[in-house]
Amino acid sequence: MTKAVRPPAPNSSERAAGQGFAGHGDENGEPDFAAIQASPEFDQLRKRLRRFVFPMSALFFCWYMTFALFSAYGHGFMSRKVYGSINLGTVFGLLQFVTTMAIVLLYRGFADRKIDPQVDKVRGLAGVDDKE
Amino acid sequence: MTLQIAEEATGSPVINVSVFVVFVLITLFIVYKATTRNQTAADYYAAGSAFTGVQNGIALSGDFLSAASFLGISGAIAVHGYDGFLYSVGWLVAWLVALLLVGERLRNTGRFTVGDVMAYRMKQRPVRAAAANATLVITFFYMLAQMAGAGGLIALLLNVHSKGGQALVITAVGLVMVFYVLVGGMKGTTWVQIIKAGLLLLCVTFMSVFIVGKFGFSLSAILDQAAQRSPLGESLLEPGGWYGDGAMDKLDFVSLSLALVLGISSLPHVLMRFYTVPNAKEARRSVVWCSWSMFLFYLGILVVGYGAAAMVGPDAILEAPGGENSAAPLLAFKVGGAVLLGIVSAVAFATILAVVAGLTLTASASFAHDVYANVLREGKADARSEIRVARLTAIAVGVLAIVGGIVTSGQNVAFLVSLALALAASANLSTILYTLYWKRFNTAGTLWSIYGGLGSGLILIIFSPAISGSSTAIFKGVDFHWFPLTNPGIVSIPLSFLLGYLGTVLSKDQADPGKQAEMEVRSLTGIGTKI
Repeated sequence: MTKAVRPPAPNSSERAAGQGFAGHGDENGEPDFAAIQASPEFDQLRKRLRRFVFPMSALFFCWYMTFALFSAYGHGFMSRKVYGSINLGTVFGLLQFVTTMAIVLLYRGFADRKIDPQVDKVRGLAGVDDKE
Repeated sequence: MTLQIAEEATGSPVINVSVFVVFVLITLFIVYKATTRNQTAADYYAAGSAFTGVQNGIALSGDFLSAASFLGISGAIAVHGYDGFLYSVGWLVAWLVALLLVGERLRNTGRFTVGDVMAYRMKQRPVRAAAANATLVITFFYMLAQMAGAGGLIALLLNVHSKGGQALVITAVGLVMVFYVLVGGMKGTTWVQIIKAGLLLLCVTFMSVFIVGKFGFSLSAILDQAAQRSPLGESLLEPGGWYGDGAMDKLDFVSLSLALVLGISSLPHVLMRFYTVPNAKEARRSVVWCSWSMFLFYLGILVVGYGAAAMVGPDAILEAPGGENSAAPLLAFKVGGAVLLGIVSAVAFATILAVVAGLTLTASASFAHDVYANVLREGKADARSEIRVARLTAIAVGVLAIVGGIVTSGQNVAFLVSLALALAASANLSTILYTLYWKRFNTAGTLWSIYGGLGSGLILIIFSPAISGSSTAIFKGVDFHWFPLTNPGIVSIPLSFLLGYLGTVLSKDQADPGKQAEMEVRSLTGIGTKI
């Protein structure tokens, strides 16, 4: 798990023989991580992921904190009856259930369509087998 | 009337015990069958990473369908109403942190412990020691909460009221738990968790469908009846029933919400579960499955909680041995008599057993893998001695858990869990997010955020009204508190993020770009992950 630090540059003959942008880095068969990290394919993977994951996290966090803050400071508002004995607070809370599952499903779809293929692409270029 | 219910509700201890014993026998058999001979470290810590996403998802939810949720939250909803409901919302929403930010990346990066990820591109020894310290403290708090539930449950279900008798039963339960861990390792513990989670989901679904049916499929009618029987009246359904109306109460409520949503995906025993699946895709599937079962469970618990208030009544619940934590068992008795009570209580016991087994495994892995193998022996320990140390630690932790369970009782277990969550969010979340997503993050930053979060959280808890100086404090009669909130999250979580940032920016040491490249590529693509 803790590996010795690799020599900084992979030797050039292997690099030429390797597939794609990243040959087999060193004698241990370690991939050349720096080259992979610098590749446009990896860059795109990182950008895609961050563009989805960060805003989505901010969104659910703010939405949840809105609920929590209203529960703490908006007693009157949250106690308003909506239907029978069901008040706004309960509706708000149940809506959190719904949005959570919506985000879960949305992310699953996004990862299947946009992330996994890109990961496979990077792995392919790095000469790593698709399946472990 | 209320006393009568409490007495009747013990039902038949014979049924309770026999259902539980049947459960233990079945799971022991499965643990025995599932166990690989001559376990390697990967088998013991991570079940050889051979579980599917679905199996692990159910087991993950099993970690949270714990005594704290089942007994604590249903009780909190029954007695305090809306404020208890907030718990279940936080518990579900929190999974998004695991899904979006942590789970898959963690699976790709580490092998056995949280320390693997935190120390990946940092100086090994100090960071691993820090990670292990955080894991041990958090796990200990969480374990106390679970064992605190056990005491009340025993009083309620086995009609054992003497301190000595309860201690004896807790000891027996603790021994079975240690046995699971020693024999089954992660594989055995995960199977126990899967079976238990399935049973618990069935129980809660059955009870909630029954209650909803009884009230003519109207949630409003249940709430109505609950409010009528509650001494809080209408305000049972409104915010503030638990935390009250003062300015500090409100702030405490916000602090709690924050700890809930950020803490769950930072708990070491949850993070460790991600290592039991073979790859990131399965890790994702497991969070999706886990989210679905949590969704079902917490909707059910909402009905069970208010149902208990409506059908049993908060007064009867509070007067029963075990207090708040007895809401679900009492309701089970109302709904299905002694048999259902027996099943529900056996499941609740099994829950404590399974969760504590998982915690014990986490603590022992963290000590053996991070402290022993990497700090004390500087990575030169052989796998066999590492596992031996892990097993010894498991026994030590088991003994601690038994003692803790005997000492703590009467506290609402959900509340104790919230303290563990605040600590987890403070020590782990900032560190994990920084190390995964921030290039410049370095060893100094890591240490600052772990120790800063953990330390500030601990200090604030010690000087909070939860420990001294309030009517519900753990130590009564003394008052040394100066921090006004019971939950430290709102201070310690942002503080750990700030300290992690400052530690990084102010220190002279640079992040290792080679290791950073390796970690980032590995965390996003799984390249270089060897099982």
